[in-house]
Amino acid sequence: MLLIRCPYCEEERPELEFRNAGEAHIARPTDIAAISDDDFEKFFFIRANPKGIIYERWRHVHGCARFFNAVRDTVSDKFVMTYKAGEPKPSKLPGVSK
Amino acid sequence: MSGAFRIGNAGRLTPARTARFTFDGKTYTGVEGDTLASALLANGVHLVGRSFKYHRPRGFLSAGAEEPNALVEISRDSARKTPNVRATVQELYDGLSAKSQNRWPSLSFDVGAVNDVASPFFSAGFYYKTFMWPKSAWKNLYEPNIRSAAGLGVAPDQPDPDHYSSRFAHCDVLVLGGGAAGLAAALAAAETGVRVIVADEQAEFGGALRFESGARIEDQDGWAWAQDVVARLKGMSNVRVLPRTTAFGYYAQNFVGMVERVSDHLADPGHDVPRERLWQVRAKRVVLATGAIERHMVFADNDRPGVMLASAARTYLNHYGVAVGRNVGVYTANDSAYAAAIDLKKAGVNVAAIVDLRDNPSGSLIDQARAAGIEIHDGRAVTRVGGKLRVSSMTVQPKNGGGERTIAIDALLMSAGWTPSVHLFSQSRGKVAFNDDKRFVPGTYAQDCVSVGACNGTDGLAASIDEAYAAGAKAAKEAGGKATKGNKPKVDADEIWSRGMLGSAPGAGPDTTVKAFVDFQNDVTAKDIRQAVREGMRSIEHVKRFTTNGMATDQGKTSNMHGLAIAADMLGKSIPEVGLTTFRAPYTPVTFGAIISHARGPLFDPTRRTPMHGWAEKHGAVFEDVGQWKRAWYFPQAGEDMHAAVNRECVAVRKTAGLFDASTLGKIEVVGPDAAKFMELLYTNPWEKLEVGRCRYGIMLREDGFIYDDGVVGRLAADRFHVTTTTGGAARVMNHMEDYLQTEFPHLNVWLTSISEQWAVIAVQGPKSRDIIAPLVEGIDMSDEAMPHMSVREGKICGVTTRLFRMSFTGDRGFEVNVPADYGQAVWEALWAEGRKHDAAAYGTEAMHVLRAEKGYIIVGQDTDGTVTPNDAGLDWAVGRKKTDFVGIRGLTRPDLVAKGRKQLVGLKTKDPKIVLEEGAQVVDNPNQPIPMKMIGHVTSSYWSENCGRSIALALVAGGRDRMGETLYVPMPDKVIEAEVTGMVFFDEKGERLNG
Repeated sequence: MLLIRCPYCEEERPELEFRNAGEAHIARPTDIAAISDDDFEKFFFIRANPKGIIYERWRHVHGCARFFNAVRDTVSDKFVMTYKAGEPKPSKLPGVSK
Repeated sequence: MSGAFRIGNAGRLTPARTARFTFDGKTYTGVEGDTLASALLANGVHLVGRSFKYHRPRGFLSAGAEEPNALVEISRDSARKTPNVRATVQELYDGLSAKSQNRWPSLSFDVGAVNDVASPFFSAGFYYKTFMWPKSAWKNLYEPNIRSAAGLGVAPDQPDPDHYSSRFAHCDVLVLGGGAAGLAAALAAAETGVRVIVADEQAEFGGALRFESGARIEDQDGWAWAQDVVARLKGMSNVRVLPRTTAFGYYAQNFVGMVERVSDHLADPGHDVPRERLWQVRAKRVVLATGAIERHMVFADNDRPGVMLASAARTYLNHYGVAVGRNVGVYTANDSAYAAAIDLKKAGVNVAAIVDLRDNPSGSLIDQARAAGIEIHDGRAVTRVGGKLRVSSMTVQPKNGGGERTIAIDALLMSAGWTPSVHLFSQSRGKVAFNDDKRFVPGTYAQDCVSVGACNGTDGLAASIDEAYAAGAKAAKEAGGKATKGNKPKVDADEIWSRGMLGSAPGAGPDTTVKAFVDFQNDVTAKDIRQAVREGMRSIEHVKRFTTNGMATDQGKTSNMHGLAIAADMLGKSIPEVGLTTFRAPYTPVTFGAIISHARGPLFDPTRRTPMHGWAEKHGAVFEDVGQWKRAWYFPQAGEDMHAAVNRECVAVRKTAGLFDASTLGKIEVVGPDAAKFMELLYTNPWEKLEVGRCRYGIMLREDGFIYDDGVVGRLAADRFHVTTTTGGAARVMNHMEDYLQTEFPHLNVWLTSISEQWAVIAVQGPKSRDIIAPLVEGIDMSDEAMPHMSVREGKICGVTTRLFRMSFTGDRGFEVNVPADYGQAVWEALWAEGRKHDAAAYGTEAMHVLRAEKGYIIVGQDTDGTVTPNDAGLDWAVGRKKTDFVGIRGLTRPDLVAKGRKQLVGLKTKDPKIVLEEGAQVVDNPNQPIPMKMIGHVTSSYWSENCGRSIALALVAGGRDRMGETLYVPMPDKVIEAEVTGMVFFDEKGERLNG
């Protein structure tokens, strides 16, 4: 069972309290009704499935109930960092080379 | 005397404290502190089981958790039966009852042993190759017969009456293994003041000190030192000492699963203590001190009872005071077996000879053996043993061939060397490295852990304790401990042995006739592994699966390295090139009881009951499970079956009125200055202009345009909506709303509150509904003019706050009375009393389903399946055409969603009105087409409608709305049913009864 740091509660809590909510940093287009089929496909259906660093959303569903973002390594399953919803994608990751 | 093989002055048990037990019905006497294995050996019993496949007689190989052979059934009573218990770890208690397994009619005469004679037919891959055709025979003929002939223990056939417990724990340093290294590490960590947990699978700590008679630490015997350290650790408030606790799984982020056997060793555990306790421990640092496991020698008939690991014989002698024979032989490829021979010799057991595969072995142990007068045959191999139910002789031959010599023995001690126990390290995703000593040892670490002592490939007590003490102190410091104040334990006398051999010895061939076992529990021989390579297996993963080597419940603790070496030899590759198979949890078998703990029976999943549950129960309701809810399904009266009860309930609702418990509906309050804007975005309908006090049926889509949920929404104030959801959708709709509010529309000033549990809901439906409610209501004008269909009012009922909805899920005049949950049953009873005056009925979910289907009202999740759009469901009217945005607006215009020929929801009327279609049945337009037919849709809802006097059904049919009046067909196994496509409304098509 993973330990996940909730950026709102500011502490590490067991995975049981959380639920994954898919890839992060996919914003709903503000003019969604007007976008092309291709753009809608990219927005709604296409997801990255990287081996390594993934940016994803989690919800502290059995805690503060907030959605937040996390950076996780899909190989080691380790959480690199977590940050609040709405904050920009971090450009530098702690402890990750490249 | 507790057994003829008990040696008076040896061992640590107290002979006077006897315990009686039975094995296969015969009564024996052992001593407190014995294992079942040591007690049986003390009585001269070596034959304890039959093997998995060949039914060969088997004895004890080991004295510990790695035991592959001595599996027995332990039973306390008819329900408390545990199969496949390793006799080597089962502690003896007075009255213990054990039984051998996999034999018939008896252990010494087993009919199944014919498999041993017929074994040329049962080679590796036999089952895969033989039982292939016909395919159907596998399920009915081959598998049941193979399963009854093979296999070990028999699963208990009654529910487990024992109880189990579960605990979570956190610590700074978790030490796994309580031998010399583990204790030194635990001591070093504990002295810094950090929180330490130290666990060991045995009843007593000490590990290999149990048998290492040559060890002296801090001026005392090694075992005594270990007990001394344990006593000190137990006295420290920052340390938890867990004996009888096996760490079986090492998971992500230093999360370790352990099972503590709390009462399996007690004669009378009583009912207050659990049988086992599951520990789920999160540690900042883990110290792995899991030791090493001795390997057997691979030669012909090496599985005969009496042939065992040298360390096991030494353990039985030095700890339990039991001699495994009176005239033992030794076969070894490393020094440690010499120590066993010397100890046995000193205890008065004759050592017939030591056969050493090595040429000219040297060292102090060899010198000591010679000095003790033990005959040593070096450069020689034991090529086979004599005896059937017990070993009687060993045949010795120079390893490169030459004259044979047969030596009489009654036990054979063997040692091919020691395999570091890297199981937990490997489970932690660490990568092992193959070192110069030909051992797999921890290489690259993946987690915050460290291996010390024998499991790290460190030889010798002094080196192990040095390494472990330093590692314990370092782990504690990394976990935030102070600098250690203690001193490293001083080792005064040591035993060092390393090296050994991997793979098969000369006695393992030729392949045609010889059985030299690699994996005892799965009956895998050296020949099987060679054959697997000859038949084309190249990867060790394939060899393993083809031969099943290492796949038994002992997970190849003694066999993996031998199997790997034999395969590598055949392939002409080095061992690391062939690779090591992956270690997986659990390290040793774990009971289901420990894992599920209290989560069984009614505690398996929460049961949700509505506030009116008790009333429904008292009035004879039959309940159905809807998710976690118990819902009243129907209320049968005397002599009624379900059909009759549902018909009566349906008729009563339309004739007078019915009361229905709708409390399970999901309810969410959407509040705030931007509440209407939020509703506009989350639902297809327009909300800004909905008047306060009015209701609207809302549809929620996912972004892809498919229906996600629906429900009636009431506007209580300009900034307050009372939203209802489907029963099953309550939690996910709340999650869906929160997701959008928090991440996509955070600019909206809105609060969401789940109020599902706060409000009980009593639906009163039917022409007399207003007459039933009105006398109990204060402060609400319920006239049609003041409170039309689809409106909501706040006031009081029976003196209690109510949100009174006028709405209908039956098509008749109807109300839903919301009251605070605590008053649900009281208000229900008051309404019921009024209802009785009008001949109203209580109705359940089945009648509710029929009544809504009569009106073509859909149920999301039954008539829709996640691929249905509002248009498909005939609900286009509920989509706000002028809206510029809502979740799903773009999805609705996807090419596939606007294409012609989509499945649309329609009604179906069977030509024979008495036939009720089956829900889920497929629909075709030409019943005479060849099979497989083209299916154009399926039935989603289907009922007998007493009000319509016929069956009714809803179905999703391709191009359904263009097929009105067409005849379609529903093929069933025994007949084809004709049905006409109709509209979805079967009753009161004009909708006049809403105000009736």
